[in-house]
Amino acid sequence: MEWRWDWVWELAPRFVDATGKTLIAAGGGYTIAIILGLVFVLAQRTPLLPVTLVVREFVELIRSTPLLLQIFFVYYVGPQFGLTLSPWTAGLIAIGVHYGAYLSEVYRGGIESVPKGQWEAAKAINLPIVTTYRRIVIPQALPPAVAGMGNYLVGIFKDTPMLSVIGVAELMHTATAVGAESYRYLEPYTMVGAIFLAVSLPSAFAINVFEKWVRRTLGMTK
Amino acid sequence: MTYIEFLDVYGGRLIDGTIVTIYQFFLATFVAVVAALTFGLMRLARSPVLRAVAVAYIEFFRGTSLLVQLFWIFFVLPLFGITLDKFTAGFLAVGLNMGAYGAELVRGAVLAVPKGQWEAALALNMAPHNRMRRIILPQAFIIMLPPWGNLIIEILKGTALVALIAVADLMFEVRQINITTFLSAEAFGTAIVIYYVIARFFVTPGMRGLERLMNRRIGKV
Repeated sequence: MEWRWDWVWELAPRFVDATGKTLIAAGGGYTIAIILGLVFVLAQRTPLLPVTLVVREFVELIRSTPLLLQIFFVYYVGPQFGLTLSPWTAGLIAIGVHYGAYLSEVYRGGIESVPKGQWEAAKAINLPIVTTYRRIVIPQALPPAVAGMGNYLVGIFKDTPMLSVIGVAELMHTATAVGAESYRYLEPYTMVGAIFLAVSLPSAFAINVFEKWVRRTLGMTK
Repeated sequence: MTYIEFLDVYGGRLIDGTIVTIYQFFLATFVAVVAALTFGLMRLARSPVLRAVAVAYIEFFRGTSLLVQLFWIFFVLPLFGITLDKFTAGFLAVGLNMGAYGAELVRGAVLAVPKGQWEAALALNMAPHNRMRRIILPQAFIIMLPPWGNLIIEILKGTALVALIAVADLMFEVRQINITTFLSAEAFGTAIVIYYVIARFFVTPGMRGLERLMNRRIGKV
């Protein structure tokens, strides 16, 4: 089968548009995940044991079941109870909750890496809990968490093709639509692969640089 | 329709789907382990050609989506004369994708084996392949087992994607049930519980058991 460059150029505008939508989906999902992850991790640190246990188990459940299944669940279960969500809303909720569970583990690792003495010292000088987190814990928990957070940013980007199954018109959806119109799958699917590589490899590199920068800025170079 | 009736009518299909999912899971895990060992060790080889091949494999499979790779293998490879049936394409794509992540674990674990072990093997005049097989790999294996536990859960989750090329796994069956009955909460909810039970009560304890067993065999308790 011949590779047709002229057709690739013809398709380019549609793919540029779809790449934009993919990036919006990843960015939106990640924003939700960052906030939800914080909620999950703080809920596990409350003195209420039942809350801790329920949230812990919920995070485990989300992390060990397929995202694809969760996307279907959010999209189809709502209407059964009279709550209809658009593909975009359902998709962003599903992906945001999924990665929120992952990010909560990253935050937890970061917080637990702060030595116990730091907590005790903050308590000894009578710092309020909010100030303890803001001035003592978070600045030290951040550098080890940045690498994990970056990996999941790339991860969420690579998982957006799953949103095509409920009709979010991102890259994969566009490629499948083009393939179905023309019965040619070589160019559309190869283009999707190339676009993913072109975005995710430089991002992974940039995240690496950013992580080093955070460490330097906070004076934690080893 | 109550939930009991739902299970009564569709339980058989859910079990059939679960069996296919478990097959896919085992085959994909096998492919991932073989690929991870091959490319992880190639990544450490002295020959620059072998290293380049390994880097290309790892970066390619980690840089694009599993779904893209699956569709590419299933829809595009036949255009080059390589036609795989959907079942094979499914576990092969999942296995090769996860194998790229696994290769990095293998590399990290081999490098994490204390330097003294390499030097001692050298001092005893062990041949390189013996050194690798008898000294380095068994210790690296123990180091990488815990992160492999997470990766194997990812493999289980990854197999759900094969439903999109019509392999009749659990994901596929519940989607079919959903389309014909619109009992979405029952269908998708049950599937979530099944995946969760497999991961939490079979895969994770299985990996813990393997860690304990390996630690005992190597004399670390």
